[in-house]
Amino acid sequence: MNEILSPAVERIQQQFKAQTSEFRGEVTLLISADANVEAATVLRDEFAFDMLSVVTAVDYCPQTNPRFHLVYIFYSTANHAYLNVRVPLDGDAPTIRTLETVYPSANWREREVWDLFGIRFEGHSDLRRLLMPPDWEGHPLRKDYPLGYEEVQFTFNFDEIDIRKPKGVL
Amino acid sequence: MREIQEFTLEELKHHLSEKAFSGQTVVLNMGPQHPSTHGVLRLILELDGEIIVNCIPDVGYLHTGIEKTMESKTYQKAEVLVDRMDYMYAMGNTLVYSLAVEKLIGLQPPPRAEAIRVILTELSRIQSHLLWLGTSALDLAAQSTFLYTMRERELILDIFELVSGARMMTTFIRPGGLWRDVPVQFEKMVRDFTKVMPKRMAEYESMLTRNPLFLDRTKGIGKIDTRTCLAYDVTGPTLRASGLAHDVRKSNPYSGYDLYDFDIPTQSEGDVYARYLVRMEEMRQSVRIIEQAMDKLPYGPVRDPNYKYVPPPRSEIGVSMEALIHHFKLWTEGFIPPKGAVYTAVESPRGEMGVFMESNGTPKPYRVHYRTPSGPLLHALPVIAKGHFVADMIGIIGSIDIVLGDCDR
Amino acid sequence: MGVEPKSGSSGVVTTSLDKMVNWARTGSLWPMTFGLACCAIEMMAMQASNYDMSRFGMELMRASPRQSDLMIVAGRVSQKMGPVLRNLYDQMPDPKWVIAMGDCASCGGVYNNYAVYQGVDEIVPVDVYVAGCPPRPEGLIHGILTLYEKIRTEKVSDWK
Repeated sequence: MNEILSPAVERIQQQFKAQTSEFRGEVTLLISADANVEAATVLRDEFAFDMLSVVTAVDYCPQTNPRFHLVYIFYSTANHAYLNVRVPLDGDAPTIRTLETVYPSANWREREVWDLFGIRFEGHSDLRRLLMPPDWEGHPLRKDYPLGYEEVQFTFNFDEIDIRKPKGVL
Repeated sequence: MREIQEFTLEELKHHLSEKAFSGQTVVLNMGPQHPSTHGVLRLILELDGEIIVNCIPDVGYLHTGIEKTMESKTYQKAEVLVDRMDYMYAMGNTLVYSLAVEKLIGLQPPPRAEAIRVILTELSRIQSHLLWLGTSALDLAAQSTFLYTMRERELILDIFELVSGARMMTTFIRPGGLWRDVPVQFEKMVRDFTKVMPKRMAEYESMLTRNPLFLDRTKGIGKIDTRTCLAYDVTGPTLRASGLAHDVRKSNPYSGYDLYDFDIPTQSEGDVYARYLVRMEEMRQSVRIIEQAMDKLPYGPVRDPNYKYVPPPRSEIGVSMEALIHHFKLWTEGFIPPKGAVYTAVESPRGEMGVFMESNGTPKPYRVHYRTPSGPLLHALPVIAKGHFVADMIGIIGSIDIVLGDCDR
Repeated sequence: MGVEPKSGSSGVVTTSLDKMVNWARTGSLWPMTFGLACCAIEMMAMQASNYDMSRFGMELMRASPRQSDLMIVAGRVSQKMGPVLRNLYDQMPDPKWVIAMGDCASCGGVYNNYAVYQGVDEIVPVDVYVAGCPPRPEGLIHGILTLYEKIRTEKVSDWK
């Protein structure tokens, strides 16, 4: 771990009882879900992490405890440093507080996570779907959501699949 | 087939002012089919006369499910999908993907491969900027610039076609190096291009930089300051035009960018004209980088010789049993990177493009997420556009240079 | 078309109405500027200096569907875009034609998943499919010339 990140990591570790791991030179902090806003505020105000580069999630279905990891990647334009923060979330319909008040850019990113993973953000000002149509059912990037693969027609099964294919409306 | 989903004013009430409900302001739909939205962007504008009071971007009309599809492909096959995401910077999409996979495995591509990567991605940046220049000038009613810029863009596409066989979707940069070495004509074509480009740049500038019609429609329009940029995570030329010299190529160098000498152009005004100036200068800097890379271009292999992860060259397959086995294993089962998650970023023509990749010890990526620059740009669009005329909206959308495939993925 | 030389200045042309109308239609197709994704860039390249579509009487791209008679579906059609595309098609006046440009518009291409329509022919009737990802501008020009061939065989009475 380099000297730029270590004070921030130590502080978060102590204050929020975070676990630290390192992989390929990247530091990842694992914090609990009730500390996300406070940790982000500390990172922004005291350690100059002025950008929230990534908000995304990873689904560990069928594991349920935790089922999701919410991933934040903070970036500091002054120190040119990235810091990964992960928040484990339990259950099929988890909720977590929004980071919108700390980083306005979280607004769209959290909408995207809600759209594709179904993670609710408490206190979000505008939690609509971002990418899928508003009436879409399900959250596509969950592992239990099917890819929606359509069979490829070859000569031997052409007619069989053709019957099932949606037809153009003329 | 699905039905068109319309929003009600009630659903959008936190975005609109109270006047919209009493009819004092008009809520107007712009897009997704509109000539100046640069793709399938839909904007819901609240207008007071001709002045934009509020702007609500609605994206997702090009959502392709790339991230989900990648989870069902092996690492090599998933790369083909990412080309088509930010289709103006296809080389960079595959570069950032390859960098992430290399970081995950711990591969180091040979120096020749890195130099060629730099040359190709810089060419890609120039062609993206050229298309941006042509189309955004076209939106501001400068038709001829488009015809000029497309002429030079074809020169770059010819180089891409020479090295990879495809004009746009090349998939030439692969994990561990390149698909293959460049042909002998490559050097001459790139040299010819770098020789001709500065003169052509002067041509574009003579058409726009001091053109009073262009200045009237760009100066003082669409201002954004550094603080707002950082808050909305806006990077790239838009951030640099507001005064902060942040560039991933300098701050976190990849592919040997620290070996080259180049400047980061900045402006302080943060308006449409400043963004234009920044991009024009960036093209010059790209030409500078390409020239240096061509001078230093080392000889040697272009692929890492670790055949557990990188396919062996075709010529070896016929004579070496091991190469054949490696080839067979790689293209049927794929390779297995260690468990873990990485994040890498490159500088795309629009800003920081990063990829978050998680591996769970199987031949398929467990999760790939692209952090793309167009999303934040569109998120910040209401801030930029507020208080301007509808006609200026066209210039603003052109100047932030969004690619909807990049935003929606 | 037979030009019958007559004495005097004005030549008289005798032909069938179908041939006459089809000749006029092929000479002035007005495509809609309807770029969706990557293929739209190649469509622009087709319009620009190196390939120059105006050689075939198609330099006029119309932004409004009400003024155009050719829809070039250039790119993948997502679930959210599909109904919009159909709406645009319905707004175009007859006679109208559709070119599915590229693999995504023709059959879904590499994106065989939940988000993309597996071919735009699930939404609108397609006249010509152009293969390629994306097709080269020459490919699209060939597609358009193929469409001309098709128009030349049409009958006026078929369009109601």
